[in-house]
Amino acid sequence: MDFSYTEEQSLLRDSVERYLEKNYSFEQRRTLVEGREGMSAQVWQEFANLGLLGLIASADHGGYGGGGIETMLVMEALGRHLVIEPYLTTAITCANLIQMAGDEAQKRILLPQIADGSMKFALAHSERSARFNLAYVETTAHEESGEWVINGAKSVVQHGAVADLLIVSARTKGKPGDAQGLSLFFVNPAEPGVEGRDYPTYDGMRAAEVTFKNVHIGPESVIGVLDRGFPVLEAVVDRTLAALCAEAVGCMETLNRQTLEYLKTRQQFGVPIGKFQALQHRMVDIRIEYEMAKSMAILAAVKADSEEVVERRRAVSAAKERIGRAARFVGQQAIQLHGGMGMTNELPIGHYFKRLTAIDTAFGNSDHHLDQFWLAQAAQATPVPVRLKSKWKQI
Amino acid sequence: MDLNYSAEELAFRDDVAGFVKQHLPMEIANKVLEHKRLGKDDMVRWQQILYARGWMAPAWPLEYGGCAWSPVQRHIFDEVCAEAGAPSIVPFGVSMVGPVIMVFGNPEQKQRYLPRILSSEDFWCQGYSEPGSGSDLASLKTRAVREGDHYVVNGQKTWTTFAQWADMIFCLVRTASDGKKQDGISFLLIDMQSPGITVRPIITFDGEHEVNEVFFDNVRVPVENLIGEESRGWTYAKFLLSHERTGIAAVGRSKRELRLLKQIAAQELKDGKPLIEDPRFRDKVARLEIDLMALEITVLRTLAAEKAGHPPGPEASILKIKGTDMQQGLTDLMLEAVAYSGLPHLPMAWSGHWLGEHVAPEYALPLAARYFNFRKVSIYGGTNEIQRNIVSQMILGL
Repeated sequence: MDFSYTEEQSLLRDSVERYLEKNYSFEQRRTLVEGREGMSAQVWQEFANLGLLGLIASADHGGYGGGGIETMLVMEALGRHLVIEPYLTTAITCANLIQMAGDEAQKRILLPQIADGSMKFALAHSERSARFNLAYVETTAHEESGEWVINGAKSVVQHGAVADLLIVSARTKGKPGDAQGLSLFFVNPAEPGVEGRDYPTYDGMRAAEVTFKNVHIGPESVIGVLDRGFPVLEAVVDRTLAALCAEAVGCMETLNRQTLEYLKTRQQFGVPIGKFQALQHRMVDIRIEYEMAKSMAILAAVKADSEEVVERRRAVSAAKERIGRAARFVGQQAIQLHGGMGMTNELPIGHYFKRLTAIDTAFGNSDHHLDQFWLAQAAQATPVPVRLKSKWKQI
Repeated sequence: MDLNYSAEELAFRDDVAGFVKQHLPMEIANKVLEHKRLGKDDMVRWQQILYARGWMAPAWPLEYGGCAWSPVQRHIFDEVCAEAGAPSIVPFGVSMVGPVIMVFGNPEQKQRYLPRILSSEDFWCQGYSEPGSGSDLASLKTRAVREGDHYVVNGQKTWTTFAQWADMIFCLVRTASDGKKQDGISFLLIDMQSPGITVRPIITFDGEHEVNEVFFDNVRVPVENLIGEESRGWTYAKFLLSHERTGIAAVGRSKRELRLLKQIAAQELKDGKPLIEDPRFRDKVARLEIDLMALEITVLRTLAAEKAGHPPGPEASILKIKGTDMQQGLTDLMLEAVAYSGLPHLPMAWSGHWLGEHVAPEYALPLAARYFNFRKVSIYGGTNEIQRNIVSQMILGL
């Protein structure tokens, strides 16, 4: 057992942290949130220079070859600084998907372009009727004279508008809810028949509603094995979930720090409010929830790359469930302890809370993952002998 | 970063598991797994089995007969023992007074007491709390007045676990009452057979006799039973509280209890179907299991820090709070699982030897008493509110 990081990992962690600490203040972020793009091209280029965008790609595709732990270290930092750039979708979710399922040509062309910052990706998967069921895809793709034709609608596609290329899940066989028959495609959003509506989300990021009406794409756009997209999607979503867990831990770390600072400086009744036991105990509970969340994020990071699906599902879903609960508590209580100030748009507190709230929903909330966790466990109960006697006797 | 045990750690686990499988008496394991009452003889018997193997004091240095195991090895040992249904080691001797004697005792005291702790020849209890001094422990009033080569002790201790079985008690007593209240406290070892000691049982509302009042009426204690220096007892008491505390979360025991809970919930029926399939109940079990996973990794993180040279101080308070939360949650769900079957109150059936007829599944009988009894865990060893004060001051700096 070993909880330490390699020298390389520590370096990675420190370099992201140093860059964001210096260049990503809350005020700068606010300007970005209000802008039309919802991100900074300069920050994106810096991410590329730091090697963050090529975190996942293997070395022969110009990347760092990172896995769950590296993802965790970067995402924690992004969470601490409430970064709004489309890092997760492009550099984690889609990069993992391409690395995992793409053919040699796709990897060779696309991964270096992710790494150098020239291409951004979005995963166009979720649909209105699916809620959190990954297999519930109504969007279809059918073959027509050697091409694929896509029809359907994707909802709340994270960072859809800035994507140069979409990864779209569509049904090539079966019915919504079937794991079999799901396929993955690259779709250029500029293709005729692709329409999008771009809008801000409450966490300062952006998303889009994307519709596909008889969109024709070539056979080279298929990712991985036809009809067998689901296991790929599931594995990629698990890595994304682990990344989200780490981001949430980063957010909670900042909330802990800022709230504790506030308790030590805010004066009422002639003393810092941190002198009051009611608030001290609440602060301790906030800290404990953070520690529990941090432990679970480590578990998720370690198991996220596992090919043992059940073990991976159990760990990742447990982490997402626990972290969802922790995040709700930490976020709500951080605001409560800041009093009226916590309600202002000016203070970062509420914005961290909003991101945590969005993270709970992303790829399944606590309730959903509680279910997933239970389904993943082989709850093989050994029978206990039952001895029931029927006669009435006084004892 | 690697959450798996190393090959050596796995080999160690196999070694411990093999020993426990072979040597843990089945009748003792059954009592533990069926939540029946353990007697002193059960506890001492298991401790002496460990002693014979040289495993009674995992954390002690080799020179005193310990194992000098790493924090991770200790964790593995606790977990394997708990899983098999071994009784918990009574902490008062080996985990509490032992380390204090080792660090602050003189050579004669070490020679006299440490071997007898290891062999369970002396059964120890802890004389800390008093009727007027619970959370405010330093306000204690039991007095020790020096008369020649004896201290004369007068006063009363309370909540003294297993005083009815104990050969020795380690006591915090007041030897001075001027200055700060923490300054006049001394640490005395007292023979429970001394004239003037009276033990009176306190029956808790679950019907159990675990704790006692202990009265001291002109009890003469030889001065060589003083640990360290007079009036420095508070320092030793604080040392004791910071020693060997990662086990406080009792993760191994809770994992075992979770397994038992699932077994019970698979046996109990709702609408003719196993209760464990009821989504409302199942969700509670699942949430508890996830909490336990989070606690376990937090414990392992603390152990790793300890291995790297940062022994847990106030961090142990976090483990105590969450660990006891979970222990209580488990007893709560177990009683909930058996519903009506938990109602029959047959204390004689809690012993392992009762041959009477059962009115409900046998596993259901002790669960109510256990649920009631476990309310104690968030109170003893410093209430969970005091633990929050400790975290607030020592970690958060509030």
